[in-house]
Amino acid sequence: MASLTVRRVWKEYGNHVVLENLNFHVEDHEFVTIVGASGCGKTTFLRMLLGIERPTRGEILIDGKPLEAEPGPDRGIVFQRYSVFPHLTVLGNVLLAFELERARFTGKLFGRARRDAIERAEKLLAAVGLEHARDRYPAQLSGGMQQRLSIAQSLAREPRILLLDEPFGALDPGLRADMHQLIRDLWAANRMTVFMITHDIREGFQLGTRLLVFDKLRHDPQAPEAYGATVTYDMKLRRNSESREPQRDPDARAVNA
Amino acid sequence: MRRIVNLHPARGGALTLGALPFVLLVFAYLIASSIRLEANPDDKLLPSPATIGETLRSYALEEDPRRGEILFWSDTAASLTRLGIALGISALLGLVFGIATGVVPYVRSLLAPFIAAVSMIPPLAILPILFIVLGLGEVAKITLIVIGVAPVVIRDIALRAAELPAEQLIKAQTLGASSWQLVLRVVLPQMWPRLIDALRLTLGSAWLFLIAAEAIASTEGLGYRIFLVRRYMAMDVILPYVAWITLLAFVSDWALKKLRARAFPWTQLTV
Ligand SMILES: Nc1ncnc2c1ncn2[C@@H]1O[C@H](COP(=O)(O)OP(=O)(O)O)[C@@H](O)[C@H]1O
Ligand SMILES: [Mg+2]
Repeated sequence: MASLTVRRVWKEYGNHVVLENLNFHVEDHEFVTIVGASGCGKTTFLRMLLGIERPTRGEILIDGKPLEAEPGPDRGIVFQRYSVFPHLTVLGNVLLAFELERARFTGKLFGRARRDAIERAEKLLAAVGLEHARDRYPAQLSGGMQQRLSIAQSLAREPRILLLDEPFGALDPGLRADMHQLIRDLWAANRMTVFMITHDIREGFQLGTRLLVFDKLRHDPQAPEAYGATVTYDMKLRRNSESREPQRDPDARAVNA
Repeated sequence: MRRIVNLHPARGGALTLGALPFVLLVFAYLIASSIRLEANPDDKLLPSPATIGETLRSYALEEDPRRGEILFWSDTAASLTRLGIALGISALLGLVFGIATGVVPYVRSLLAPFIAAVSMIPPLAILPILFIVLGLGEVAKITLIVIGVAPVVIRDIALRAAELPAEQLIKAQTLGASSWQLVLRVVLPQMWPRLIDALRLTLGSAWLFLIAAEAIASTEGLGYRIFLVRRYMAMDVILPYVAWITLLAFVSDWALKKLRARAFPWTQLTV
């Protein structure tokens, strides 16, 4: 259950304007895909949603309340790489989420509590098709399996918002189709709002209920860092819908005027 | 003719090649020893294997009449105890301060410059201070080793902890980890194998500091014995002691390596 309001958000590093005047509202349970040129600030936007980066101007609200300024269990993340724990088995990686929740001091569960947690973890592993690999370590998994593990892990705490940063960027096309189905199903089954960055515009169209395009409206060849990217297209996509005509985001036009 | 960089010895061949330098060294010693002993039967510099064997037998099997102990073993036990305690303390300091400086920015600001400075102190230069302040007993010797070894371990662990991908720490926080849980479940388990690596690398200098401390103020220990019998040019004692120290160091290094492979299988897996 989470709607998200991004209100006149800017992000600058010194004189380098990365994002300018982001302004939009995302309803609960939308699946937002974000596309844009490499280096235009997509990851930076996600990092602001995570709370590890702060807007230089403007504000981000979740359900009308300012976003917590550090990562927390209400916002799950799947990075492109490095987001599973190499020292834990597949099962251990998912179990960790429950152990962190329930065992504040020891970080480990024992006895009955542990058996219950294992049962829940196994359900999640089954949902991403990893039940047969439960005792393997991440180094023994393929890239696609590692990403599925990372997704299962992110779902364990039932986040209200799931953030995905090019999660399938490193996978072969064949595998990607499977992953698309998986992520769509998981999104449909869980009441969460998804933000997914992709560099593959087709992926963006196929998966999302809404597509945001990040791009620069103004460009100064003499000073490429003077202007940042903003949302230039904001498309509502309905599955099997008639019209997928791109429409200019009214807010983006306002900036232009 | 294939390039030499592409030629690999077979398994048996590799073993033979590996043994060759050792065999040559022993062989060279035997020849040099016999030449010198032929010229002067009382020569002490390169004693014959028989003399070494006889001395070693009396050191390792017979009680010393004055001390009521078998010297070889009491020396070994004394040295290994000092070394073990010092390495244990260094490992503990390394984990606690290394992880704290590696993952807590405030602790890093507070301690990193201090630890960097302390690690530059030549430990032997402050050995006199240690003896003056802590006396000539065990504490001073163990402290010397700790001062020499711990800063290196701390800095290594701090670097390794800081090298953990930021993604991992962020991910754990999105799973609800507190700072304490982050250390306990994500950082610490990944630092154990690093700690073993760090200890293996500092093993050599730990022995150096141990022998230095024993040479200066001690009543037993491998280093003490070597420096004691040096006065009588007793090469028949010094040589087997040096070989023994080398063997002990080699075996402890090997044991740490095995322990790492066995206890942390995830560090060396591939698909
Ligand atoms: N911590 C930082 N300091 C300075 N510049 C940064 C920082 N993080 C990102 N940037 C810059 O912001 C721009 C956008 O980066 P990023 O969000 O990673 O792009 P992408 O859309 O490819 O994910 C890049 O030009 C990058 O150099
Ligand atoms: Mg990126």
